[in-house]
Amino acid sequence: MTGAAGTGDDRPADVAVIGAGVVGTAIARALACQDVSCVLIDAANDVGTGTSKANTAILHTGFDAVPGSLESRLLRRGSALLADYASRAGIPVERTGALLVAWTPEQQAELPAVEEKAHRNGVTDVRLIGTEELYRREPHLGPGALGALEIPGESVICPWTTPLAYATQALAAGARLRLRSRVTGIRTGAALGGVVGPEPAEHQVVTSTGVVRCGWVVNAAGLHSDTIDAMMGGGEFTICPRRGELIVFDKLARPLLCSILLPVPTARTKGVLVAPTVYGNVLLGPTAEDVPDRGDVATTGPGLASLLDAGQRILPGLVAEEVTAGYAGLRAATADRDYQIWVDGSRRYACVAGIRSTGLSASLGIAEHVTGLLAEAGLRLAGRPEPDPPVMPYIGQAGTRPYQDAARIAADPEYGRIVCHCERVTRGEIRDALASALPPADTDGLRRRTRTLNGRCQGFYCAATVAALFAGAGPGRRTPPAVRPAPAERA
Amino acid sequence: MKADVLVVGAGPAGLAAAVELRRLGAGSVVVADRDDEAGGIPRHSAHTGFGARDLRRVMTGPGYARHYADAAAAAGADVRVGTTVTGWDGLPGADGLHRATLTSAAGVDAVGATAVLLATGCRERPRTARLVPGDRPPGVMTTGELQRRVYLGGQKLPGRALVVGAEHVSFSAMVTLAHAGAEVVALVTDRPRHTSYAAFALAASWRWHVPVWSSTVVRRVSGRGRLDGAELADLATGETRFVPCDLLVFTGDWIPDHELARAAGVDMDPGTRGPVVDTALATSVPGVFAAGNLVHAAETADIAALGGRHAARGIAAFLGSGAGRGARRPAPEPVRLRVTAEAPLLWIAPNAVRAGGPAPPRGRFVLRSDIFARLARLEVWQDGRRLATGVSLGMKPDRPARLGASWTGKADPGGGPVTVRLA
Repeated sequence: MTGAAGTGDDRPADVAVIGAGVVGTAIARALACQDVSCVLIDAANDVGTGTSKANTAILHTGFDAVPGSLESRLLRRGSALLADYASRAGIPVERTGALLVAWTPEQQAELPAVEEKAHRNGVTDVRLIGTEELYRREPHLGPGALGALEIPGESVICPWTTPLAYATQALAAGARLRLRSRVTGIRTGAALGGVVGPEPAEHQVVTSTGVVRCGWVVNAAGLHSDTIDAMMGGGEFTICPRRGELIVFDKLARPLLCSILLPVPTARTKGVLVAPTVYGNVLLGPTAEDVPDRGDVATTGPGLASLLDAGQRILPGLVAEEVTAGYAGLRAATADRDYQIWVDGSRRYACVAGIRSTGLSASLGIAEHVTGLLAEAGLRLAGRPEPDPPVMPYIGQAGTRPYQDAARIAADPEYGRIVCHCERVTRGEIRDALASALPPADTDGLRRRTRTLNGRCQGFYCAATVAALFAGAGPGRRTPPAVRPAPAERA
Repeated sequence: MKADVLVVGAGPAGLAAAVELRRLGAGSVVVADRDDEAGGIPRHSAHTGFGARDLRRVMTGPGYARHYADAAAAAGADVRVGTTVTGWDGLPGADGLHRATLTSAAGVDAVGATAVLLATGCRERPRTARLVPGDRPPGVMTTGELQRRVYLGGQKLPGRALVVGAEHVSFSAMVTLAHAGAEVVALVTDRPRHTSYAAFALAASWRWHVPVWSSTVVRRVSGRGRLDGAELADLATGETRFVPCDLLVFTGDWIPDHELARAAGVDMDPGTRGPVVDTALATSVPGVFAAGNLVHAAETADIAALGGRHAARGIAAFLGSGAGRGARRPAPEPVRLRVTAEAPLLWIAPNAVRAGGPAPPRGRFVLRSDIFARLARLEVWQDGRRLATGVSLGMKPDRPARLGASWTGKADPGGGPVTVRLA
């Protein structure tokens, strides 16, 4: 293997970042841009495949974080940084604002406290609004709403382009990406007695594809961060995966709402929200269920049924529309309410765990914070100014896509050849994704880069063509991706 | 660019309409299709049986598709493949023209048309839209995807396959799977029995040894990384069982591809989920017509083609009347009466009548039922007045039932909506 996903380069690195989710890629990007040699390791075949790909895709202001917490601080910093980064990198963002809707007198009585909390979190542009204004702004809202808190700064964002942009920038800055590499053990510097391996390697990260030698280990392993922490001699926390099921509705439902419709959180649950997506769909969810299995991202009958019930109450018109997709993601929750972020200079170890459900919004704040902690602990940074982000292919609905761009089609007719009709993805975009610095490993990866196969038909029209385009992408890709493994592989 | 008629969709309905429009001298006809080849769904339906009602002969799907593509070209229609209608406001401008945006490799093109025919067809509801829970492995697909993979892509699909559904298309999927090298375990349907021809079920059983598991639903899809199988539940006993399989094909459960119609603000029928059309197949927007499986998902290709031909006559009349010409907006349409079907009937098409309107396509209304009935008595009511009765023999879900059209003249144009129900 060669290229971005290659594993052939075994030179020691200053830092190994374990976990190529939105947090790990953000950290790798920050380090690589400061000339720190960096290896980004993940068990999956792509970046951003775990919690990072299956969430509510909201760019939070942090208005409802615990005031004074690290999460509150990094969310506020991170969301501001990401809003700016996204606008320059072409990551789709829509500043729709959110309405925290009260449906019972108890919830209504709670709103001033939420408003006060938002102020303490530094989110000062929130505002209480009455029923009349609420229904004027959201005429399709179900009956019985009593009022709302408006949070104008809440936005929706593309959760797929974000880690891809971070990783693309990290690669361009010299970071190495080691995918399909499951970490099976870590020989720490202490255990090695400092005698094995040349400087600056202090740790040996043992993976399914070989050993990575590095000076520092950054644990950004999300759902598996407690396992990595135990390998580093820690073991102070346990990840309790919390599954959230979500339903994506057809784009024809998009006119039913303007803002993100948030529930008033109760002691038991944060509740079900309805939100637009940057792809022009409507999202309903999530459920919240503790599950023992860290790979269990299956949807359930009761889960989907409970979402439809909630959707019927919040936005009755929604459930009359077709469902485009249903999925589930796992939040990496810990018993502690706050982030588990610390750097231990003596162990040359940074732990970045317990990010739960705010990793996307806080990612750049977390990366900045962790980089600072590492520098304080002795990691040398180049101290150079922030470089410009890469310009990513735009896959949002609000801006101009290639199929709408006459000049672009005139220059390259492949941008006029629509392959995926539901999402209007062109051959040109698929070609570009396959030829990118961080190409997809399978058609799922192609989905996250282009939106192809994500539409209402779920492949009725385009799956065969997309599979053929993927298969013809280049050397070593001549066979179509099997719908099922060949018999030999199954044995 | 200007055209007298823009036809959206080059399947049987759109192409048959284009041929007829040209024959009637309706002027210039542009047919846009987003696929790379004209012909629509029959292109990847390798079996025979196409063309019986419209062409009075029997052909294979690809042969039938080719016939219409050639006929439309020979008739002088401008058939543009690889061309998607990416924008359309539905309401005509001050010059009476409907403006649409066409996107293709040639660029972004604006077309102004005096009349528009929507013939965008229908698709099967995928697993996600049916809210079947479980894992999300590859190997789960619709018949449409299966047939494109096998007949257009030449793919082999060895392994065990389970087909969800037991209507016409489900048996077609079974044949496709057998052709691709798969071993079909069963057809699974939540209905008490299959809804296709008895001969199909017999052939499935005798030739391919494929049983129909009725009153059975897929409760869960299982498999991480690749499909392991499906958990099935017996609706009668509640018992569940796990059936290992490598492919799971969701068939039927049609929904019109109505996005363009809805984007244009055409009135929609909640039963068919397609546009409301009168017996001329005119929608609620003057100059905009709809035909084929967009208005009745799904009928066979020949029925769709006959509908397209029928719509062409309505369009020619519209053009000939001068309603669509000139710098003024057309005169208001005569009042249309809505026609709706009552449960357990699911829908009726056409679903509006207009005073002085023509007979519907093939002189009949087509209905869908949610129940089986050996002998069903149909009644047509308006404002507490029974306008007509009819009889439907061997009524089945997923299959057409018919209602004659002689009653349309008796309906009071100033009255309430017409309902069709079982006696």
